[in-house]
Amino acid sequence: MSDQMIPARKPPKQSVGLLVWSKNNLFASLPSTVATVLIVYGLYLLLPPVVQWGLLDATWWGSDGTACTTEGACWAFVTARLDQFIYGFYPQDHQWRANVFFFQLVLLIGWLTIKATPGKKWVLGYALLLMPLVSWWLLYGGLGLKIVATHQWGGLMLTLLLALCGMVASLPFGILLALGRRSNMPVIRALSTAYIEMWRGVPLITVLFMASVMLPLFVPEQVVFDKLLRALIGIVMFQAAYMAEVVRGGLQAIPKGQFEAFGSLGLSYWQGMVLIILPQAMKLVIPGVVNTFIALFKDTSLVLVIGLFDLLAIVQAGLNDPAWLGFAVEGYLFAGFVFWAFCYGMSKYSQRLEQQLHQGR
Amino acid sequence: MIDYLDEPCLQKPLSQTLEQKASSLIDIRGLNKWYGQFHVLRDIDLQIHKGEKVVICGPSGSGKSTLIRCINCLEEHQQGSIVVDGTRLTNDLDNIETIRREVGMVFQQFNLFPHLTILENCTLAPIWVRKQAKKEAEKVAMEYLERVQIPDQAHKYPGQLSGGQQQRVAIARSLCMNPEVMLFDEPTSALDPEMIKEVLDVMIELAREGMTMLCVTHEMGFARTVADRVIFMDEGQIIEQAPPAEFFDNPRSERTRQFLGQVLNH
Amino acid sequence: MSERVSRTTFYKRLSRLWRNGDSRPLLMQALVVLVVLLLVVWVINNTMNNLEHRGISTGFDFLSQEAGFGIIQTLVEYDESHSYGRTFTVGVLNTLLVSSLGIAFATVLGFLVGIARLSANWLLARAASVFIETFRNIPLLLQIFFWYFAVLAALPHPRRSLAFGDMIFLNLRGLYLPQPVIEQGLMPVLASVVVAIVTALVVRATIRQHRLRTGQGTIAMPWLLLGVLVGMPALVWHFSGATLSVELPQLRGFNFRGGITIIPELGALLLALTIYTAAFIAEVVRAGIESVPKGQKEAAAALGLKPGKVMTLVVIPQAMKVIIPPLTNQYLNLAKNSSLATAIGYPDLVSVFAGTTLNQTGQAVEVIAMTMAVYLTISLSVSLLMNIYNRRVALIER
Repeated sequence: MSDQMIPARKPPKQSVGLLVWSKNNLFASLPSTVATVLIVYGLYLLLPPVVQWGLLDATWWGSDGTACTTEGACWAFVTARLDQFIYGFYPQDHQWRANVFFFQLVLLIGWLTIKATPGKKWVLGYALLLMPLVSWWLLYGGLGLKIVATHQWGGLMLTLLLALCGMVASLPFGILLALGRRSNMPVIRALSTAYIEMWRGVPLITVLFMASVMLPLFVPEQVVFDKLLRALIGIVMFQAAYMAEVVRGGLQAIPKGQFEAFGSLGLSYWQGMVLIILPQAMKLVIPGVVNTFIALFKDTSLVLVIGLFDLLAIVQAGLNDPAWLGFAVEGYLFAGFVFWAFCYGMSKYSQRLEQQLHQGR
Repeated sequence: MIDYLDEPCLQKPLSQTLEQKASSLIDIRGLNKWYGQFHVLRDIDLQIHKGEKVVICGPSGSGKSTLIRCINCLEEHQQGSIVVDGTRLTNDLDNIETIRREVGMVFQQFNLFPHLTILENCTLAPIWVRKQAKKEAEKVAMEYLERVQIPDQAHKYPGQLSGGQQQRVAIARSLCMNPEVMLFDEPTSALDPEMIKEVLDVMIELAREGMTMLCVTHEMGFARTVADRVIFMDEGQIIEQAPPAEFFDNPRSERTRQFLGQVLNH
Repeated sequence: MSERVSRTTFYKRLSRLWRNGDSRPLLMQALVVLVVLLLVVWVINNTMNNLEHRGISTGFDFLSQEAGFGIIQTLVEYDESHSYGRTFTVGVLNTLLVSSLGIAFATVLGFLVGIARLSANWLLARAASVFIETFRNIPLLLQIFFWYFAVLAALPHPRRSLAFGDMIFLNLRGLYLPQPVIEQGLMPVLASVVVAIVTALVVRATIRQHRLRTGQGTIAMPWLLLGVLVGMPALVWHFSGATLSVELPQLRGFNFRGGITIIPELGALLLALTIYTAAFIAEVVRAGIESVPKGQKEAAAALGLKPGKVMTLVVIPQAMKVIIPPLTNQYLNLAKNSSLATAIGYPDLVSVFAGTTLNQTGQAVEVIAMTMAVYLTISLSVSLLMNIYNRRVALIER
């Protein structure tokens, strides 16, 4: 009992180190040991043949299926058609326009995700308002650019375009619907709720069918819709309902005091919403928005049922090419990997945002 | 293989040949614990006799909560021995359960089970661990609920009770297991000031009835009136232990004096 | 002059109504209703005109017309001569079949993976996490194609089927399983199975009651229950002299006949739906179990409960409350996603009705409306049940 303090010591050898770790995390009990052994054995069985097939024995280049004579994967199917997988049937000498579109996306995403960049507000404004229009002009043409009809669009380019445009266009509708569903006015609340529940209750594929066969019936005969535009309208109507629910979640998280505060300041409903509530709510909903975007990104693959050639559809079409028969596995693995890389990256990003949100509060 | 409950005592304490005093209910010798590389408990020796009331105080992060959580094996220790009522804590699951049956614990955050009524909270362990009949368990539970003065809330859910009431239920829940020792881990720290007293009153009552108590708390008034011994911990070690009169009026170590100065003069 | 005055007073009045806190919402709602009505009328008008110009008939008369096309898998009797109405029924039943099978499989797999994800075994937790991250980040349609065109299409021809003990055969055309055939004398056995289940439940409840009343005896007696479940039907079987024959699939010519056939379309769809949804369910399960605060487990353990009891009495009941709403959501997603069947030709509702029937009749409005109504009915009734459940849970505990 004195002020003589006991100095800190290193933990005993028995409690730290790799061996102790594996004892605790791999062989803690009999069932755990069995699981570990089974998984290791499974990996031992699986990995070497997969590496052998996918890398060591693979054929990487070639102009048609006959080039692939080895036992391994025929990546030549992918490399030979890479152009098509990315641009669809977009004319070769105009592909730079698609490249500018891709470059613009990379730049925007980089700008918005990297913390240190300035002027985020303006960039976000551009991304949400002007970017879809600029992209459309770049890809479609007009104003000095040669017009490329939408039936020539395809591949990854189309997938990205559908997802982005669907997303950006559905955001404002989603916000309006969310506000409508929380409105004090019963008629508006009922209409918004009915709209949201209806679209959330049906599969996207029926919405696409509807957009493709019914939409032309709904408008006067002389109005002709592009097939791509019809798909896009369907996607936006559908996506707006999901977006509304995400935004509603954000609105619910705003404390009631904030609504009372703008009322007491003498601001009108719309002033209060735009200046006070929505900026706070939107910050909260970004992870949710990214998650619905991931879902939409995957769902764009459904447009193949109405005859548009997104990434999956164009790979699928390539598999039926007589010069390249029998490479389904390679084709799907490639398309799957591309989709996976995008979705996984975005989901990690959304998780990071969520963590930041939790720390901030 | 699938084990959600971290059983922290899987590490066998190093064998030590120490004679355990028969008279002490809890006997801790040479206890050392590390979180990774961080040395949280350093050479702790502590004996608690039957019927003794001990209060542990100290600045936050001094290891006092960790110490009492080691006693019923919510935390694993790497060196030293802990013997509770003649049962030595080892990595044997049955052994751990034997000790937990004898040791009641009250948490800072109450930890009542929100999906069960107050009565069900109290009868859960007697029914499933002590294998009592339900009627019997309910009768005992109602007795304890009366002693903590909330029998009328028995059929409500924890969410419907105030913090002070919840903590009193938590005490009753532990008592229903008829433990030899009660551990209190900062039982009043999460309570609003006006509710602290109702919980302390229950604890004082319990002390009067002769329960062995080991209590981590900042309530110095409680320590003065109830404790047989006050222990001051800092940096994972016991700096000073003494009867309350001596501890408060004539602390021997400089650290204790500093700490008391901060706690008593605010 | 007077008209002008009255017009200005009219505007003034209108503006006063607009400025009035009571009447403005009414005015606004009336306006919205008006706009929506106009839009609806415009759309209906356009549609009627368009249909007339294209010579497409309207109404639901087509439902009684002969369909004239076959369907590869039907749960009810169906052939080309049946009506479009019958086609609709076949489609709905096939959708329900694939949805309910998918839900059952996905639940089992999802819970297993979700629990494995939380395992103390690092390798197992990693493996589960790789499974989740892989399959939920790849479009479902791509997974369906992969199983259908890449995996199942690579199976051998019927003559070189993969055989499992001369009972189960797997080939390009599907999976062939033996089918139990109920013969005479089986009724008592079936009845005894029902009786056995009821008895087992009663025995279990009695043991539990006895245990709660006296504190004596164990809680569950798995062997006794198993004995009742297996023993009773076995005895009845033995004494009633019932016979059960099994119809085995057999190779006749180019294909197998007899037994239960699972067509590759159903197989691929089920595989993909199960794995895709299981990845999401696993995350739901993980989040649910993790949502139970650590203190709950500590408190239960401190009371002396064994780890198994901590899980069943404290953790799982709390976790289930968090798990059930998103789980139902996943079930609904699976039901809606089963519509992707149309891409590989499994005859679900969208495929046979919104696909073939629509193409043949051209009656897009009616067909799509009926298709959507089916999904909407499923979704809305499940959400209704969910709301009731949520309200009940919210009522208890608070």
